[in-house]
Amino acid sequence: MAENETQALFEQEEDTQKGKYLTFTLGSETYGIEIMYVTEIIGIQPITEVPELPEHVRGIINLRGKIIPVMDVRLRFKKQFREYNDRTCIVVVDMREISIGLIVDGVSEVLAIPDTEIVTPPDMSKNNNKYIKGIGKVGNEVKLILNCHKLLNDEEADSLLNI
Amino acid sequence: MSNRYISEPMLEMYIFETTQNVEQLEKCILDNEKCSSYSKEAVNEIFRIMHTIKGSSAMMLFGNISSLAHQIEDLFYYIREQNPQFIDCSALSDLILEGIDFIKVELHKIKNGEEADGDCQELIGQIKQYLSHIRQGSQEELAQEKETGHKVQQYYIASGKLNITASGNYYKAVIYFEDGCEMENIRAYTVVHNLKEITEDIFFIPEDVIDKDDTVQIIREKGFIIYLNVDKPYEEIHEFFMQTIFLKALELEEVSQEEFNQLKRPKHKVVETSPIKVPKVEVIENKEAEHRETVSLSANQSIISVNVNKLDKLMDLVGEMVIAEAMVTQNPDLQGLSLDNFQKASRQLRKITSELQDMVMSIRMVPLSTTFHKMHRIVRDMSKKLGKEVNLKLIGEETEVDKNIIEQISDPLMHLVRNAIDHGLETTEVRQQLQKPKMGTVTLEAKNAGSDVLVIIKDDGKGINKKKLLETARENGLLTKSEDEMTDKEIYNLIFLPGFSTKEAVTEFSGRGVGMDVVIKNIEAVGGIVSVDSTEGIGTVVTIKIPLTLAIIDGMNIRVGSSRYTLPTTAIKQSFRPKQEEIITDPDENEMIMVRGQCYPIMRLHKYYGVRTAVTDFTEGILIMVEQDEKTICLFADELLGQQQVVVKSLPNYIKETKHITGLAGCTLLGDGSISLILDVGGLISNHG
Repeated sequence: MAENETQALFEQEEDTQKGKYLTFTLGSETYGIEIMYVTEIIGIQPITEVPELPEHVRGIINLRGKIIPVMDVRLRFKKQFREYNDRTCIVVVDMREISIGLIVDGVSEVLAIPDTEIVTPPDMSKNNNKYIKGIGKVGNEVKLILNCHKLLNDEEADSLLNI
Repeated sequence: MSNRYISEPMLEMYIFETTQNVEQLEKCILDNEKCSSYSKEAVNEIFRIMHTIKGSSAMMLFGNISSLAHQIEDLFYYIREQNPQFIDCSALSDLILEGIDFIKVELHKIKNGEEADGDCQELIGQIKQYLSHIRQGSQEELAQEKETGHKVQQYYIASGKLNITASGNYYKAVIYFEDGCEMENIRAYTVVHNLKEITEDIFFIPEDVIDKDDTVQIIREKGFIIYLNVDKPYEEIHEFFMQTIFLKALELEEVSQEEFNQLKRPKHKVVETSPIKVPKVEVIENKEAEHRETVSLSANQSIISVNVNKLDKLMDLVGEMVIAEAMVTQNPDLQGLSLDNFQKASRQLRKITSELQDMVMSIRMVPLSTTFHKMHRIVRDMSKKLGKEVNLKLIGEETEVDKNIIEQISDPLMHLVRNAIDHGLETTEVRQQLQKPKMGTVTLEAKNAGSDVLVIIKDDGKGINKKKLLETARENGLLTKSEDEMTDKEIYNLIFLPGFSTKEAVTEFSGRGVGMDVVIKNIEAVGGIVSVDSTEGIGTVVTIKIPLTLAIIDGMNIRVGSSRYTLPTTAIKQSFRPKQEEIITDPDENEMIMVRGQCYPIMRLHKYYGVRTAVTDFTEGILIMVEQDEKTICLFADELLGQQQVVVKSLPNYIKETKHITGLAGCTLLGDGSISLILDVGGLISNHG
């Protein structure tokens, strides 16, 4: 009985989270990330560098006793590094037991984008859009929906290792 | 669905309990075997444990375990009741240990989510045979035996063959109510009340169900036990009980009239004598377990089992609190103010937090005795199979070590003990020729040494033949150095190389040359060191040095540029500021330093980790000489920040998966909340070399 209820609650919770995206900015673009992955948003913190890591993994931070890695999404997308300021945020996402902080220029809002308003990205010959799962239309604006798994799993590194 | 909901935590509990029981049983048997007779208490104990296992296994629908336990229970029931004089103790032990092994294997299957599908028919057959054997051997009246045998077989509802219509039957019923149905005592009373309509001859445990509130707890944990005398057949009684509301499980069995009467009169003794009353919850097998017979129920309940994850979480929180405390008491806002009362209060706070921290640490510490006692079984089995007489001596088994470490060293210890018996000790005949005591001795010793624990495995066997060792190493091409240059220690350490075995014949237990390699890997995984020493003809000593805990180390914090690193203090030999003329640079630009006539390589940490720093001149920074495995290196850092105990945290999984960083053992939080990386000296040295 009890399990049924929790199951129901869980589903409900999942339902309310479905179709909602946290949007953040990187330069002039707005990106969206599924809200179910997001645990919290914090301001920029002192980052401890860890040697020998790829450039976009900036290091580790102390999140209330839990040590999590932080990734600069700008660098991940091969954009130019920008000095952190008070608008810079760390979006802590939790995926498959892995917590990681994403450094973004600024967080905008939580938006509900129905599936019908999301289109698959155009097939570009260049490999650039592999992090983008879809393109959401909100009014006149366009939000790029990120594929979290791709973001975290470094396929480049893997493929390099395989060679 | 609701079935699954119930069975998950129950299954966990079942596995836990049964594992404990089996361990207890094993120990009990081994203890008794040593004095080659089974004491009355031991028989009772085994009977009780088997009964518990049988009951809970039947409840969890593990038929094979249950029927095996049932058979062993039968056997001990007979022994207990008839007290036969002619028991072949060692055969009995073999049989029971085989049974234990079977249950262990099945438990393992259950743990891994597999079907417990082992076949125990053969074993049951053996036990039956043994039982009939001792029956014939004893001079008891046959008629009585028949009755016992008859009764025993009709014992249990799960076996499904019940048909007794004789009047005046005595029954024992144990009722378990569903979890969370509340008011178990009142429900129990209702059952008794209903029963009074059919019979007057009832008594039940716990008594005073209505008057005392704590009975609820007892009923929840152990079930409600009713003894009754009624002239109804088994089925009818069973049906009667099955009508009980919120019934989760029912154990109904017949008891003899004597047992009934005996239990009925001295009601207070029921707790000790009733075989059902044993589902004990024991977390740690400690010394108390040895005195189990005398331990009262209340003492058992003072131990609870806690999920290790919760402990880890608690430790994290305490660590956080220590940092928060420093942030408050050393707040920059307070600087320059003289606040007497604040200082007093903060001192108090500091005292409490440090006590709390010690306490949390001590929770994770577990005595080594469980691991040590497991060796008894190995020694026993091996001495039987190999025909060597072995005496296992345990010293310092009460030494406490972090739980994680215990899990890691159990397998290596087993290997080493096996090796000691198989390779180390000579056969009895050879020993006699050599005028050594007939019985070989293997000593297992544990002791504290600073922040380390030493575990020593010593045998008085033939020792290691250095020549033979070197020969084998040469044949297998494992020598990297000229033989003359090797120290004794280096020679002995050859046995840890993979694929190394001087044993001519591979036996069931050892000699394949894989063991020692695994031993050293496991020990090194927990930051331990293994060393071997041996004297030919006198024996071999293997010493394992393991850290007391993985969670806390004494560390020296150093700074390089804006990064901070922590070095384990145990690895540091000295730190000093060099003079320019002591530095030597070879043509390959490798820097070295001469200290007291010895030359050591220098590693610039800022270069190694690519950290920007203003301090690149040796005379401005500091050199720290570190040593591991007899290799020494000097690390160059900007400055020393000071020494402190640090809580070791592993690097986030994401980073570990992305790249394996050599030379980093983990990270830790410093007093000001910043993160410091813990350097792995061994990794640094091997990387530099």
